[in-house]
Amino acid sequence: MTNAAADLFSMTERAKHLRCVAMVFCCTVLGAAAQMFFKAGLLRMPHFSVPALLTNWPLLVGLVLYGGSTLLLVLALREGELSLLYPVISLTYAWVTILSVWRLGETMNAFKLGGVAAIIFGVALLGRGNRA
Amino acid sequence: MILVLVASFIGSFGAVFLKAGAGRTQCLKSLVFNPRLAIGVCLFLISTVFYLLGIRRGELSVLYPMVSLGYIWTLFWSRLFFGEPLTKMKFAGLGLILFGIILLGMGNR
Repeated sequence: MTNAAADLFSMTERAKHLRCVAMVFCCTVLGAAAQMFFKAGLLRMPHFSVPALLTNWPLLVGLVLYGGSTLLLVLALREGELSLLYPVISLTYAWVTILSVWRLGETMNAFKLGGVAAIIFGVALLGRGNRA
Repeated sequence: MILVLVASFIGSFGAVFLKAGAGRTQCLKSLVFNPRLAIGVCLFLISTVFYLLGIRRGELSVLYPMVSLGYIWTLFWSRLFFGEPLTKMKFAGLGLILFGIILLGMGNR
C-alpha cells in the first residue's frame, strides 16, 4: 500500500469511528430524555393500570425515545469497537444526574456524586477489559 | 430500590438469551422465529415493567444509576454460560460499580 493509500485508509477508519461515537452520543441523549419522560409520566399516574398506561403520553414518548436509543446503540455496536464505545455509553449516567437536579428538583450530595462518578469509571473500565 | 435491582437482574438474563439466540441467526426468518431471541426480548420487557414500577417513588438520580448492577450480573453470566474470560480490568470495573451503587444507597434520602 502506498503512503497516500494508507493515509486514506486510516482516514476512513477514523471517520467510521467518529460516526459510531456520534451515534452512541445521540443514544445517550435520547436515553436520558426517555428517563425524564418516564418519570414525568409516572408522576401523573397515581394507580398502575393498563388503560392508565396506554393513555399516558409522557410514558409513551419515553418508550419511543428508549426504543430509538436502543436501536441506535445496536447499529453503532455493529460496526464500532465495544471497548471504545463503553465510556461514551456511560455518559447517560451524567445526563440523568444533571437532568434530575435541573428538571425534577432532586437534591445532590457528595455520596450521590461520588457514586455516579464511580459507576461511570467502572463501566469505562469494563469496556477496557473487553478489549484484552 | 429493590424493584430496580430486580429489574437489572431480569434484564441481564434477557441479554444472555439474546446472545444465545444471536449466534443462530442466518436469515430474517430465523431472526423472527427464534425462541431464544423471543425469550430475551420478553425478559427485557418484563425488566422494563419492574424498572418503571421501581422508579415511581424515589429519586431518579439514585435509582437510574443502580441499573448498572446489570453489568455485574451480565459479567457473571458471560463467564458461566459463554466462558468469556474475567480479566483484572473487568474485576476492577465491577468493584467500582459496586462501590458506586453502595455510595448511591448511602446518599439516598
